[in-house]
Formats: sequence, C-alpha cells, structure tokens
Amino acid sequence: MSGHSTYTPSNGFTRWLDARLPIIRLSYDSFVAYPTPRNLNYWWTFGGILSMMLAVQLITGIVLVMHYTPNTLMAFASVEHIMRDVNWGWLIRYMHANGASMFFVAVYIHILRGMYYGSYKAPREILWILGVVIYLLMMATAFMGYVLPWGQMSFWGATVITNLFSAIPLIGDPIVIWLWGGFSVDNPTLNRFFSLHYLLPFVIAAVVVLHVWALHVVGQNNPTGVEVKSEQDTVAFTPYATLKDAFGMSAFLVLFCWFLFYTPNYMGHPDNYIPANPMVTPAHIVPEWYFLPFYAILRSIPDKLGGVIAMFGAIAVLFVLPWLDTSKVKSSTYRPLYKQFFWILVVVGLGLGYLGSQPAEGGYVIASRILTAWYFFHFLVILPVVGLIEKPKPVPESITAAVLAKNAAH
Amino acid sequence: MTMILSGSKLGRVLGAAVLAVGLGFAAAPASASDAGHGPKVEMQSWSFAGPFGRFDKGQLQRGYKVYKEVCAACHSMQLVAYRNLTDEGGPSFTVDQVKALAAEIKVKDGPNDAGEMFERNGRPSDRFPSPFANDEAARAAFGGALPPDLSLIGKNRAAHRGGVSFLGDPFTLYAEAGPDYVYNLMTGYVDAPAGTTCDGALQYNQSFIGGTCIAMPNPLAEGMVTYDDGTKTTVEQYARDVAAFLMWTAEPKLEARKSTGLKVILFLIVLTGLLYLSKRKLWANVAH
Amino acid sequence: MATMDTAEPSRRDFLYIATGAVAAVGAASAVWPFIDQMNPDASALAMASTEVDVSAVAPGQIITVKWRGKPVFIRNRTPDEMKKLDAMDVKSLKDPQSDADRVKKGHENLLVVVGVCTHLGCVPLGHAGDHDGWFCPCHGSHYDASGRIHAGPAPLNLPVPPYEFISDKVVKIG
Repeated sequence: MSGHSTYTPSNGFTRWLDARLPIIRLSYDSFVAYPTPRNLNYWWTFGGILSMMLAVQLITGIVLVMHYTPNTLMAFASVEHIMRDVNWGWLIRYMHANGASMFFVAVYIHILRGMYYGSYKAPREILWILGVVIYLLMMATAFMGYVLPWGQMSFWGATVITNLFSAIPLIGDPIVIWLWGGFSVDNPTLNRFFSLHYLLPFVIAAVVVLHVWALHVVGQNNPTGVEVKSEQDTVAFTPYATLKDAFGMSAFLVLFCWFLFYTPNYMGHPDNYIPANPMVTPAHIVPEWYFLPFYAILRSIPDKLGGVIAMFGAIAVLFVLPWLDTSKVKSSTYRPLYKQFFWILVVVGLGLGYLGSQPAEGGYVIASRILTAWYFFHFLVILPVVGLIEKPKPVPESITAAVLAKNAAH
Repeated sequence: MTMILSGSKLGRVLGAAVLAVGLGFAAAPASASDAGHGPKVEMQSWSFAGPFGRFDKGQLQRGYKVYKEVCAACHSMQLVAYRNLTDEGGPSFTVDQVKALAAEIKVKDGPNDAGEMFERNGRPSDRFPSPFANDEAARAAFGGALPPDLSLIGKNRAAHRGGVSFLGDPFTLYAEAGPDYVYNLMTGYVDAPAGTTCDGALQYNQSFIGGTCIAMPNPLAEGMVTYDDGTKTTVEQYARDVAAFLMWTAEPKLEARKSTGLKVILFLIVLTGLLYLSKRKLWANVAH
Repeated sequence: MATMDTAEPSRRDFLYIATGAVAAVGAASAVWPFIDQMNPDASALAMASTEVDVSAVAPGQIITVKWRGKPVFIRNRTPDEMKKLDAMDVKSLKDPQSDADRVKKGHENLLVVVGVCTHLGCVPLGHAGDHDGWFCPCHGSHYDASGRIHAGPAPLNLPVPPYEFISDKVVKIG
C-alpha cells in the first residue's frame, strides 16, 4: 500500500543521516507523502484529535506530578495546593481532568466511525484489535487517575471496581487483597495506582505507534469502504490531510476549552471535592460518565459474577467484531438495514449511559436489562444475521468514481 | 426482496420498541420522586455566573464577615490562608487589613530552641483557624455530628435535580449549584410540614440534601452581623453573601479562569476560522 | 505524491501565512503556563520572610535559622573579632567589601549572612578556617568573621539577605 519511498535527501547532511538512520525518510513516507483517500470526511479527523489529546494528557500529567503527592494523608491537599497555589495549577489540573473526558468523547466517536464504515473488516482486523486494546488501556488509566485526588468518589470508585475481582470464584478474594496491598483501599493502593497511572499512558503511546503502523500497512478505510485502487483515489497526507486534521483539532479545542474554562466540574462529581472517608459511602456513587454504559450493564445482572462477566463481555465482544460481521460490504452507506441497527445501538449505548447514572432500583433496572440484552443481541445475533439477509446497495467502482458521481449530483 | 424489506422494517419497529420501553421505565421513577418533597433548592442569580462572571468584592468581604462571626464558630476552613484574602479575584482586602485580621488569632508554633511549642500572633501566611483540634473533638462537642470543613463547600454540594436537566448545563453554563444550595440551606429553616417530626436537637430544613432533618441549628438571625457598607442585614442577605464567599473559597481562581477562557476561546475561534478557510482553499481544486 | 492536478499553493499566500502565524502565536502562549508552573508558588512566596529574636545570641555565638529553605547565619561578633576585621586590607580581598557595608548601623556586631558557600552551595562550618570565620568543607573556601572570602575556589562573599530590625530584639529576614 505505502509502496516504495519517494523521499530524496536534499543535502549532504540529510544524505549522511539517511544512510545511517532513515528517520526523515520514515517521517516523510508516513506523514507527508503517505497517500490518503481523497474522500475522507470529518469523522476521519478524530484519529489526529486523539493523538493531540494523548499529548495533552501526557504533558499536563507530567506537570501535575511535579506538584502532586501520592500519599493518603496529603493527596487531597496536594491537589488543592495545585488548584490554589501553583502558578496556573488550576488550568493544568482542569485541563487534565476535562482532557480525560474529551479524550473519551473523541475515542467514542472514533470507535463509532469505525463501526459505521466497517473499518474493522479485512484487512484491518489487527488495526481494530489494537484500537480496542488502546481503549481498554485508556479505561484502566482513567480509572486509576480518578483515584489519585483521593476524594470520596476516588476512594469508593476504587473500592467498588477492585471488588469486581472478588466475583472470581476461589481466587477472587486473594486477588482483591493483592490489588489493594492491604485489607481495604489504602495508601499502598494509592501508591500503586499512581505508579501505574504514570506508566500506562506511555504503554498507550506505544500501542498507538503499532496502531498507526498497522494503519499505514493496510491504508485508511474511507466513507465508501472501497479500497484504494489507483493513485487517482488518493491525495498526499501533507498538506491535504494535515490541514484538514488541523482544522478538526482546532474545532475540537474550542469544545474542550468551553468545558475547561466555563464548566470545568461538569464532567466530575461534587463528592470528589470531599476528602476520602473510608467510614462513609456517598449516597449515590457513580463512575465517570464514560464508564456509565458498562456500569449499567454490570448492575443489570442480579448476580455478582454474572454482572462482572457481562460487563467485561461487553468490551470483549468488540475484539471479535471483525468476525461477527458477515457482510462483505464495509460502509453503512450501502447497507440500508445495518445502518438502522447501527443507530439503534448508538441510542442503546446512550440509554445505558443514562441508566448507569440513575439509582439501581425499580424501572431503571428493568430498562437496563432490556438495553443490555439488546447490546449483546446486536453483536451476537443482528450483526451475523443482517450480513446474510441484507441486500446492499450497489457499491461504487472506485473512490474516484464515487467522488465524481457525488460532485455530478450537486 | 420482501424479506429484506421486512428486515428493514423490523429494525425500525424493534428499535422504537426498545426505546419506548427503556425510556418509559426510566422516566417512571424519576417523575415519582419529583412528585415527592425533595429538597427545595431554587436557583439564584450570582454576579460570578456566566462567561463574564466576576465576584462582587463587597459581597465577598461581607461574606467573610458572616463566615468569621458565625460559621467559623463551628466549621473549619483548612484550605484557605489569610494571605488569600488579598489575592486578585478575591475579597481584595488590603495587605494591612489582612495583617490585622491575622494578628487577631493565636497560632501554635514550634518547637522553639528549648523544644517547646509556643503561641504566637497569626501572620498572613497562616491558614484560617479551626474551632476544634480534630474531627473527633468536633463530633464530641456536637453529639456525634461533624460540621464539615467549609473550604470546598461551594463545589462539593449539589442538589440532585433529577431528569435530564443536566444536559442543558453546558449550554447555559450553569455551575452555581454549590452556592445555590448554600443559600437555600441557610434560608431553608421553615416550620416542618404536618406529620414530619425531628428527633432531639435536629431541625427541619426544606433544602437539606442529607435528609429531612439537619443537625445544624439555624445559624442566621436578622441583624446578628453588622455591615459597614449599609447593606441590609437580613437573613437572606447574609445567606447570599456567605454563599458567594464560600464559592470564592472553593474556586479562588474563578475570575482568572473565566477571563483567560474568554481570550483563549476567542483566539481559537479565529484560528479555527482561518484553518477552515485555508483548508477550503487547499482543497478547492480537489474533488472530494 | 498524488497525481491530482491541483495548483500547488503559493508559499507566499497570505491566508496560509496568516494561519500559520496565528497558530504559532497560540502555541507559544500555551507554553507559558507550563513553564511558569515551575516558578515558586503562592504558598512558597508567602513564607518568604522569617522573624528571628536575636536578643539571646551571645557574643561569639552563631545561630542558624531557616529562610526560604536555606540556612541563614546570625553571628554576634565579639569586640576582638571586630578589631581583627577592621585591621584587614579590604582592597586585597577577592570580593572587596568593608565590614560596615555588611551590617546595619547601630547593630554592627550582628552579622546576618546566607549560609551557603558561593562556590557550589555547601553549608560552611562556623568558627573555622584560616580567619576563624567560616570554612567550607566541600572545596576548602575560607571566609572571615564578616563572611568575606579570603581563600579557596569560592568567588564571592557570603551574601547578606534583605533584612531589617523590626525592634531592638527582632530581625525580619526577607
């Protein structure tokens, strides 16, 4: 796909360097000459936006560590010290906290884009799986990061989530005690979460490199789902995609800053401004919003182990998505039936998210069960069956043909 | 062909059914709880609300007075130092005023060269004094109830509004649930409705989110704090002033945040516009 | 490169230059908070002054107090020590400064200096060295009882911090 390199060193030094470490050649081939489908829409800018958000989280995180103290006696106060005394500390901490939410906003859009346009299908299965791995790592990182301010939600979130592992038969309890390093969430837990919260983003960055590598091997999918067939179908990554991505990033930053500067605590929970108290659980404990659909799935099953299995299963099913979808056609544009189920799934996901934020009682539980059942029904039954019974619309000959047809229609 | 058509229809019908059932069930308990008497928390108008919001310095100074003369008798405020009272975007007391305020307190310091703790006059770098040595002492004094630290009360209390009203907040920029709650709580000591009784020293408060009855006795009474600036000395006014002050202690960088935000967002809108025009120009000759 | 027949954008195109310039300004301004956060914070600045009761410092005694995380030496010099200092040839010193310029009028016996060797930051030992002033054990710098450098690698005298007598007994440093 990427073909042979078109980079020619322009002077003596770059020739010398190219013969020893072809790093300019690699960058040039990957981010300048790299052919990108000419028909990508704005949903494709979220890859760039996610890279930007990862950088924002890494930079702000490293800076916060310069002022934060990972100790149960001082963690809460050190976060408030950042908010009150450190120069621009409020900005950097709010950037990190809201950045996490924005990171998830972008990743959900990115995942849904992949699902809508069939970006997980051959030959992009590994690319997709690496993406799911990144998503899992993001969840682990975000969860442990939320523990660090050592507020009430930090503490009780950590308690509840680590207790999930106690559902494992026989070895559950020893595992939980091992995770805690004690008999409850306490200083050893905070310290190891801090260590891992610092480590995992670099692991994410490494998997992102693999993700981009895999992407550059198979090439980008595009709104038609038709593979690139000739150079006609593509434009050079730079300046075309670069500038379009830059616009997407800048627009996304407006949204980010809107929350960051005007409602910085909207995505958080008020109780996390109360120092952790192991003696008192808040009345309604909820995870961060990006976990709510999975939290709703967990609570919808009236069995401890069953709930945990369902919750992890809801993510695990994404790994086998490329093989659950039996349709040969990638893009939903040409899949009238699947397209409807896709949007139903989006609504089901939002519904589960809402239910996850509500108390686990009465009608909320019943609704959660119905939506949970639908979630699994979608992946395990609808996807394979729709692929078999659906008659897709005619797929264009090539990307260029689709573009020309679209422009002719205007 | 018919099969495919019915499949398409099937999707729509199923989707609608799931939605209707799901949302129907979700809505039922929400409206049920609204019908009951939840805490009454009415939104107030604040000078610091919205993108151009700024604290009213006079209000913060009055609020500090109410805090100092009333609240501080039982509540600690461990995260705020006297020096903060001079900070930009705060009550804007002068350095001399703050030195005088700090000097009113005695601070335990030490050990000195003899290894003994000693008392000295407060300095601006000292935190506000706590009325009790520790939480246990406070609990012991109040029959088990702990008066919460007030440093972050402007951010760590929010009445649950129910339903999906939260979806509008990013657009209206509503972020004053904390001071709204403080104001309502302070003015929420009304006669208990028929059939509601409170045990022992507890009092009925129509706005308390922790239950029907609250351990804190009604702290405010008309005229109990003198205002030097001629502001009326009603309970409502005290409540409003102290709620604003507690928002400042919880979010001392609010003004810096909002003014920086305005610049950043205006800048980003310009940049985004320029990037869009550049992108459009670049792609003008590429059919896409 | 793709074979699209697109007009290669002119490098001098105003729109692109303006966009690039605005983006560069934005990036540069965004960097500042991340640099400034490493400067001393508000709580550190607030603690930047220390008050010391010097009435109990006996002649010949040196006390050490902490100011901004560093030791400050307060030395009550004896008349003998003062006499020796007066006899020194100021001009021959590496960092010429008279003792009178290093103390406050009316409190000439009391020397207040930052106890950090001007070579590489070690804390010198009191009543030691060739001039019975201070001696830095790290690299062998000799200071006199006025904290002035006489021998060794240190380039400058021990610095006098900003301080004032807020009463006859109490010195406020910083």
